[in-house]
Amino acid sequence: MEERRGLAFWVLALFFTLFVLFLYGPTLTILVLSFQGPEGGLTFPLQGVSTHWYRTLWDGVGVVDIWAAFRRSVKLGLVVMLLTTLISLLAGYAFRRRFPGQSLLFHLTVASLIVPSIVVSLGIALEFRLIDDAVKAWAEAHEVAWLADYATAMGLFTSGLGAHLTWTLPFGLLIMFAVFNRFPAQLEEAARDLGASPWQVFRHVVLPLIGPSLVGVALFGFTLSWDEIARTSQAIGDSNTLPLELQGLTTTVTTPEIYALGTLTTGVSVLVIGLSFGAIALWRRLRAAR
Amino acid sequence: MPSSPDLAAAGGVPKAAPTAAPARRSWAPLLQSAPLWAVLLLFFVFPLLATAVVSLWDYTEYSLVPDVVSRNYVEMFEGCGDLSGGLCTTFRTYISTLRLCGMVWAVTLVLGFVVSYFLCFHVRSDGMRMALFLLCTAPFLTSNVIRMISWIPLLGREGVVNQALVALRLAERPQDWLLFSEFSVVLAFVHLYTLFVVVPVFNSMMRIDRRLLEAARDAGAGAWQTIWHVVVPLAKPGLVIGSIFVIVLVMGDFVTIGVMGGQQIASVGKVIQVQMSYLQFPAAAAQAVVLLALVLVVIAVMTKLVDIRREL
Repeated sequence: MEERRGLAFWVLALFFTLFVLFLYGPTLTILVLSFQGPEGGLTFPLQGVSTHWYRTLWDGVGVVDIWAAFRRSVKLGLVVMLLTTLISLLAGYAFRRRFPGQSLLFHLTVASLIVPSIVVSLGIALEFRLIDDAVKAWAEAHEVAWLADYATAMGLFTSGLGAHLTWTLPFGLLIMFAVFNRFPAQLEEAARDLGASPWQVFRHVVLPLIGPSLVGVALFGFTLSWDEIARTSQAIGDSNTLPLELQGLTTTVTTPEIYALGTLTTGVSVLVIGLSFGAIALWRRLRAAR
Repeated sequence: MPSSPDLAAAGGVPKAAPTAAPARRSWAPLLQSAPLWAVLLLFFVFPLLATAVVSLWDYTEYSLVPDVVSRNYVEMFEGCGDLSGGLCTTFRTYISTLRLCGMVWAVTLVLGFVVSYFLCFHVRSDGMRMALFLLCTAPFLTSNVIRMISWIPLLGREGVVNQALVALRLAERPQDWLLFSEFSVVLAFVHLYTLFVVVPVFNSMMRIDRRLLEAARDAGAGAWQTIWHVVVPLAKPGLVIGSIFVIVLVMGDFVTIGVMGGQQIASVGKVIQVQMSYLQFPAAAAQAVVLLALVLVVIAVMTKLVDIRREL
C-alpha cells in the first residue's frame, strides 16, 4: 500500500470518522445538556447556560442517597482494582510454567468472561441464600447467641466484590498473558546468573518492565467495576452501587440532573483513564532516564 | 466448564513457556494461581452448581424446598407443545431475544470489520493506528447506562433527530419509533458492543502477512476479491470470537433492553430478573440453566464453523 491514497481510503476514512462521531457524539451531547439553564429540559434548545443541575445534584437526588452510592462504588472499585492487579499478576506468573490444572483454570477464566452476566449474578445470589439458610439453621439448632441477629452474608465486599472479580479477572489475566508472551526472559536469566534472588529478580528486573501493563490491569479493574451493573444486580444485597442507582433513576428523573450525574460519572472514568496513561508515560520516561 | 477449547487457543494460552525459570520449587505456580482458583470456585463454579441444583427444587411463597422436581422446567414450557393457539410465552421470548441477537450481530460484524480493515490496511503509521485504535476502544471503559441515556436527547420526541426530520420536511410530525423501541435497543447494542468485534478482528488482521495482499493483486484479484478471498478467511478467528462476544452479551442482556426498550420488550434476561424480584428462585434458576445451555450450543457451533487452532 505504498502508492497514492485512492478513493477507497477516503471513503473508509469518512466511514471511520462517522463511526467515531457515533461513538462519542451522544456522550458529548449530554455533557453539553448537563449545563442546561434552570428552566431547560431534557432536550435542546439550551435555555441559558448554568451549573444549576450540578448544584441540585450536590443536594441529592430525590429519596436516593446518591453520594452514599458514589462512595460505595469508589471504595469497591479501589478494592477490585487492587485485587485484580495482584491476583492477575500472580496467576500470570504461574502460567509461565506448567502446573497441574493449568488448562482447566484457563478455561474457567475464559468461561467466567463469556457466561451471561445475569446467570453469574443469579448463581451468586442463590449461593449466598443457601449459605444464609444454612447459617440460620445451624444457629437455631445450636442456639448460638451471637448469630441470633444474623440476616445475610450478602454485601458490598462479599458477594458484590466476588461478582465484580469474575468480570475483571479474565481481562486482567488476558493482559498478563499478552505481557509475558512478549517478555524478554533472558534478562531474568542474566540477573539470576549474577546471583539475584527470586524477589530481587522480580523487584529490579520484572517489575520495572511490566509496570506499565500492571497500570493497565489496574485501570481495567477500576473502570469495569465502576460501571458494572449486570453481575452486581442480583448479588449486591441492600446497598446499591452508583450504576445501579443510576439505572433506577433513568425511569424516575426527568430533569437534566441525570445528565449532570452521568457526566460526573463519565468524568471519573475519564480521570482514571487519564491518570493511568499519565502513570504509564511517567514510568516509561523514568525507565528511559536510568 | 468445557465450553470452548478452541477459544483458548485463540485467546493465546502461553505456550509451554520457553521463558520458564530453571526448576525453582515446583509448588510456586500452584501457590501463585491459588487466589485465582479461589475466586473462580467461590464466585463462578459454586454459583453455577447452585443454580443447577436449585433449578430442580420446589418452592412456596415463603421458602425454598430442597427436592428433585421437574416443576420449574415443566412450567417454563407449559403450553409450548400446542402450536394452534400461537407460540407459548417462553418460545416467544426466546425468538424475540434471538431476533435482536441476529440484527445486532449482523450490524456489529460489518461495522467492526470495516473499522478494523481501515485501521489495519489503510492507516500507514503505527503510532496513528494505535491512537485511532485506542480512540475506538476507550468508550468501553465508561458506563453503559450513561451511554444509553445519552441517546435520549437525540432520539426523543423532542430530540435532535426529530427536530431535524421535521425541519427538513422529511416527516410531518415527530416520530415515536426512534426511542424506547426495538430500533433504539439495536442502536444502543451496536453502540456498546461493536468494539467487541473491532478488538479481536483487528488482532487477527494485524497478523496477516501484507505480502499476501500484494500477491493477490499481482495475480489479478480486484479489491473486493482480495477482501473476500484473502482478508475475510484470515480474519475469521477474530470474526468468530467477536461474534461469540456479541451474541452472548445480547442473549443474556436485561439492562439495555430494559432501559432502551422502555421496559416493553421481552428478553430472557429480563424474565430471569423479574422472577428473581418475585423471589421465584427455582424458576429463575431453570431459566438460567436453559439460557446457559443455549449459549453453550451457540458457542459450540461458532467454534466448529472454523478450526481456530489451525487458523492461527
